[in-house]
Amino acid sequence: MNNAKTFWMDAFKLGVVGGIAVVFIALLGMIEAFATRDIIADVIDMGRVLVLIAFFLTGHFAIARKQNATPVENISSAGFAGLVSAAFLVGLMWLLSAMPTMRTVFVNATPALLKTLLFGFDIIIASLGLLALGAVVGALPAVLRLVPVSPRRALISASAWVILIGLLQELLVVTLKTTEALEGIATLFFAKTGLSIVGAVIVFIVIVALGLWRDRYGTSVRVRYDNLPTLQRRATNGVLLLILLAILLALPAILGLFFSEVLVQVGLYILMGLGLNIVVGFAGLLDLGYVAFFAIGAYTVGLMTSTSKEIAFAGGFPFWVGLPVAIVMAAFAGIILGVPVLKVRGDYLAIVTLGFGEIVKFLALSDFLKPYFAGARGLELIPKPFIGSFEFAGPQQLYYLLLIGCVIVAFISLRLKTSRVGRAWMAMREDEDVAQAMGINLVATKLLAFAMGASFAGIGGAINASKLAIIYPHSMNFFVSINVLALIIIGGMGSIPGVIVGALVLVGLPEILREFADFRWLVYGAVLVLMMLVRPEGLMPEARRAMELEEFREGDTTAQAAT
Amino acid sequence: MLAQKLKRLELTDVFIYLLGLGILAVVIVGSGATLVQAKYSARAWFDLVLFGVTLGSIYALIALGYTLVYGILRMINFAHSEVFMGGPYIAYFIADAMGKAGFIEQNPVLAIIIIFLVAMFSSTMIAMLVERIAYRPLRHAPRLVPLITAIGASFFLQYTFFRLFGPNLKVYPTFHMFDASIAFGDFKITYLQIFVIVAAGVLMLALHQFVQRTKVGKAMRAVSEDRETAALMGINVDNIIVTTFALGGALAGAAGVLYVLVFNQVTAFLGFVPGIKAFTSAVLGGIGNIPGAMLGGLFLGVIESLGPTLFLDGLGIAAPYQLKDAIAFTMLVLVLIFRPAGILGERLTEKKA
Repeated sequence: MNNAKTFWMDAFKLGVVGGIAVVFIALLGMIEAFATRDIIADVIDMGRVLVLIAFFLTGHFAIARKQNATPVENISSAGFAGLVSAAFLVGLMWLLSAMPTMRTVFVNATPALLKTLLFGFDIIIASLGLLALGAVVGALPAVLRLVPVSPRRALISASAWVILIGLLQELLVVTLKTTEALEGIATLFFAKTGLSIVGAVIVFIVIVALGLWRDRYGTSVRVRYDNLPTLQRRATNGVLLLILLAILLALPAILGLFFSEVLVQVGLYILMGLGLNIVVGFAGLLDLGYVAFFAIGAYTVGLMTSTSKEIAFAGGFPFWVGLPVAIVMAAFAGIILGVPVLKVRGDYLAIVTLGFGEIVKFLALSDFLKPYFAGARGLELIPKPFIGSFEFAGPQQLYYLLLIGCVIVAFISLRLKTSRVGRAWMAMREDEDVAQAMGINLVATKLLAFAMGASFAGIGGAINASKLAIIYPHSMNFFVSINVLALIIIGGMGSIPGVIVGALVLVGLPEILREFADFRWLVYGAVLVLMMLVRPEGLMPEARRAMELEEFREGDTTAQAAT
Repeated sequence: MLAQKLKRLELTDVFIYLLGLGILAVVIVGSGATLVQAKYSARAWFDLVLFGVTLGSIYALIALGYTLVYGILRMINFAHSEVFMGGPYIAYFIADAMGKAGFIEQNPVLAIIIIFLVAMFSSTMIAMLVERIAYRPLRHAPRLVPLITAIGASFFLQYTFFRLFGPNLKVYPTFHMFDASIAFGDFKITYLQIFVIVAAGVLMLALHQFVQRTKVGKAMRAVSEDRETAALMGINVDNIIVTTFALGGALAGAAGVLYVLVFNQVTAFLGFVPGIKAFTSAVLGGIGNIPGAMLGGLFLGVIESLGPTLFLDGLGIAAPYQLKDAIAFTMLVLVLIFRPAGILGERLTEKKA
């Protein structure tokens, strides 16, 4: 009896948490903002999907820890949790309709939000409907538990893919329409916004089928690949690499101007991410003022190449003269800033570097240095890079510049990681004192990390300056540093593929999903916290780092508490 | 190899000291030049110092939050600047309603007490929530991990306020009772400045007494000294940590109201710069050290207010006031490099290793 009581109590508690979360999401304006983006045309939009996901997760967490409950108990308690959280949303709905003045405090408590929540029904019917929906969707995870693992996974990933493809509709339609043969597919799969119903069904079925196929035969393919003779395996790898390269080279032509611009942004952040990855990921030095090196690279190229008459020195050299100077200057700045902080550790280092970043910004903005750096208005008239008569004019051309840059930098990172220096960095990350005792020269190793990281940021800054043709000192702010930091944390600190994934997710997605861009920083903050709580090793973890974090999870508490 | 290494080590030290000397030279030459030129009257200097003290006492209050938490958890509570912002932001809605209803005109003292209570309560709640969600599960994680959650929490809170309550500046109603001033000959002090300084002083004194005299305060000191031993002595460490966050939060809420009384408006991004400066104050005074935080706050406030005019004006630098934040950050960097233990702190150096 008592047991059953706590059972319902737990479900109720989770329902309350879920309810607060969903009301919070609504009041933040997310539901309303995403309501404009259809996932499946005329059926469901992203805002409502968000509500459903909230109910689903509530149900999921309600039963996550109950391993030995019966299916009936599970379904009822998960459904109950979903119902409770739906009740919160219903409460919000009634509050909205009864008290429109709420809006003076909560700016997103608008009639439009109410309309979205009503699903076009009368408020009483809508309330009952929402409650039912909450119970059903909440119970869904419990029902899914009854399904065997393989089809369950296939179903969940198929739903995720439908949402993803619906979100990326714009991108996919543009891509498909470049080739005439594929235009038919575009019109079949996609409506004006979102997937068409037919398209959604096809995507769902295909993904389910693929998932089932992979679970059945995936391992055997893997095994066959592993059993191939070395030569053939290399050949397969080579062919795959060539295909990848061909796709990468063709991307700007396929995707068109807007998406090339997005890719250029992503590329810039990959460059910077790889740089910060050396400092934070390899060497374990938390740098919150990374934007300073980006700014130094940008200003160096700006001063070297600009033809502006407003500043004391404007070189007017071509980009290719400016770039190496920018790299050297940024690396030099890394050393200059690195020397004073050699003895500063951990949290203090984070704050000092943050201070450096802000100082650089304030100096660039000040009237005092205006004659040299053009002050708050920005340094203008920076030319684009040329090769012969080929101008890297727009994003479609700059893309190649960034692609080459990223490949070179990624290659350097990869090689450094397994080199003597790389191992020294990682030793230092794990324990400075022990590393020193093992004969690692901390001064040189640290400064090299700062210099390498800074020079990568310098390349990024240089390319960005010539891409925009102007440098706005206002854009050189703390947010850039946090953006770069967030992407390497999401990807997995110290992991090079992680940087690429992180940049695609954190920089690419918000650019494509404009509605999302408004919530970018909010989501970044939440993601940073959640990531550290749930998966501190990141999406694409580096093996060694994952091991380190595993250690603390297993409860090696005494050793950690001593520090 | 060894000789080379020694040489390089010395070089870095030489570099650091040259940097320090350079900045010292700028300060001395700049101050000398400004004073010789005598562009500013005694009254102008007095106003600058007074403003610095006013601002500094607010910094000191916030700094206490950093110091308290650092003393116990050895971590920088990056989200403290948002705790500072949240209180006055939520209290704004009460203040606005009271202003519109004419309550502030009729009963300003009660109104300000209500605002203080609401702000302190909200800040306390935010601080406790952050501790519960973002820090407690990670208490034994490597140091970098809670620092990153702290940054995440800070961003999350900022943008939560930004999206929840809208991007507009919220202007606080004015309190006319603070407009008057007392004059000492040429020098004038407004009631507002007196109020801010006195209120901050009273709160700091109260905290000091709390930590030194009460049983909970004693437990806090014990946990800060050695967590394991304190736990063995029967102290509930979790409770003490929450209490610490709550205390820091309440002080930050009060500091927030004082700050808003001086600057009159709230935004979601109100906290960032004062937060960093308060942290600087805490480091200046020796982090983990309560009187140090107070001293550091006052010192930073005065330097920041006086610095641009005193150090830079004489050197003929245009618009020196733009560089006041740069001065504060330079102070931070210099302190961390040259005296990471702070003015009053000595405990840190042994603890850190």
